[in-house]
Amino acid sequence: MARFVFKRIAFMLITFWVVISVAFFLLRLAPGGPFDGDRRMPPEVEENLLKAYNLDDPLPIQYGRYVWNLVRFDLGPSLKHHDFTVNELIAAGLPVSLSVGALALVIALVLGIPIGCAAAFRHNSWLDNCLSSTTTFGLALPPIVTGPLFVLLFAVTLRWLPAGGMDAATSLILPSIALAIPHAAATAKLMRGSCIDTLRQNHVLTARSKGLNSLRLAIHHVLPSAMIPVLSFLGPAAATVIAGSLVIEEVFSLPGLGRYFVQGALNRDYTLVMGGVVVYAALILMLNFVVDTLYFRFDPRIRSQSQAQAT
Amino acid sequence: MNTAQQKIGFRVALATLACVLVLVVLGPMFLPWEYQEIDWDNINQAPSIDHWFGTDASGRDVLTRTLVGGRISLIVALLATCVSFLIGVPWGAIAGLAGGRADQVMMRIVDGMYALPFVLIVILLVVLFGRNVYLLFVGLGAVSWLDISRIVRGQTLVVRNEQYILAANALGASQVWIVWKHVLPNIIGTAFVYATLTIPGVIIAESFISFLGLGIQEPQTSLGVLIADGTKEMHSSPWQLAFPAGFLVFTLLALNKVGDVLRDSITGNVEH
Repeated sequence: MARFVFKRIAFMLITFWVVISVAFFLLRLAPGGPFDGDRRMPPEVEENLLKAYNLDDPLPIQYGRYVWNLVRFDLGPSLKHHDFTVNELIAAGLPVSLSVGALALVIALVLGIPIGCAAAFRHNSWLDNCLSSTTTFGLALPPIVTGPLFVLLFAVTLRWLPAGGMDAATSLILPSIALAIPHAAATAKLMRGSCIDTLRQNHVLTARSKGLNSLRLAIHHVLPSAMIPVLSFLGPAAATVIAGSLVIEEVFSLPGLGRYFVQGALNRDYTLVMGGVVVYAALILMLNFVVDTLYFRFDPRIRSQSQAQAT
Repeated sequence: MNTAQQKIGFRVALATLACVLVLVVLGPMFLPWEYQEIDWDNINQAPSIDHWFGTDASGRDVLTRTLVGGRISLIVALLATCVSFLIGVPWGAIAGLAGGRADQVMMRIVDGMYALPFVLIVILLVVLFGRNVYLLFVGLGAVSWLDISRIVRGQTLVVRNEQYILAANALGASQVWIVWKHVLPNIIGTAFVYATLTIPGVIIAESFISFLGLGIQEPQTSLGVLIADGTKEMHSSPWQLAFPAGFLVFTLLALNKVGDVLRDSITGNVEH
């Protein structure tokens, strides 16, 4: 176990370092700088600005400084939001983005797992048909469609929930549901497939023939192994949730990290974009690490495989 | 779902897809309006005889714009998928054939890339290349080849141990010949199916990026741009949002269904 965890941590750190380096050099290769405006500024002023932000040093030195500061969790000053550091902007935006994203994942699992299970247990019935059709439909509903639709329906017409901004906890409901729908559908589909496979396995057949009722069968014999594909889906799902959150924050005018990130990309705020990359990459890598470790804990096949390798 | 129902569903999806294709390719030719043409007398008009889908805030015909936008979205998706196919198939095949260390390293890279939100990478590419549509889809393809490469690797591993490969080896065939004549033909079908499954994801990604103002720019249009425009006007003229969004959903539904059935047919998974 310790060996496995250690290997995963090393892999995670290497991936993180590669991502940060690639992003850093990609951004600096880009034509146009942060201080190119509509008005040309006098060369002396620009020179001073570059100097103030240490952008006049050779690239390797800038890179070294960035990595050194990153190790100390200092992401530098924002180039466009004056008097703000990237750390401050992230501290302001991340909690909002994180709550929407986490809520969306939770909703996706809470909806998707029971739906998938129900469909699998009543395989080929009218219930299965209904649920599977709903699932197929849900997969075709990206947040770019459901977001504006929800605003129009639940906020403007029915006036049940706020249309945007971040005034109360209720502001999070519509964005997270919109973000959750395609993931709930994907979870349900995955769950249905793996439940059907598990239901055919011998240990389930044995349990059934011993007269176990459906609920106990589901909880003790089917779910544990059927959940494994869903678990491994969580990693990639986190990545698409982040992509979706960029759109959702725009639609619902949430003051989240995604908006800062997109603005930063539009006006070449190097340090802010880098900050976004750092935070998003770290989040996703950590979640993947947790998923992998859980996978290792819960799937005896993988455990025995890697023990066989170790010996 | 029984097989008969499945068949009907597949045919409906295929027909929808064909309709979508015909509409976006030929449709704009038969419409009286150009997608940039401004009808000064009808600005923000609700659907009518003249403008079946209404007009937008600049008096442009929403039906024409939806079809032209849909065309761009589909072109971008197809080209990106081609790029991902061209990267993913060799990558997976080489990893599968080489085996050992090389295979491990190559698949670790894929694992590492899986852990990244690819819209993030595309946004970085947009910053790098400016708003160049062509580079955008190359970028999209360059980050969506992961699934294809994994599947192709798996297939290659299966094929590699077949007897006819052993026979070809024994007859002294070169590696290149074996790959070209024996391995590729056996994995290409599967690769095509997974390429089909990549398309909806790329369409969604394109719409996200364009929606954020980082992708397709005016005067060109795509479904993402149209949905973004429609969202701005949705309180007063909801049709500007409804039609492009509906078009996107229908296209995705049809593509998902066709892809699923194709995948089930090659994995022999009839009952799912």
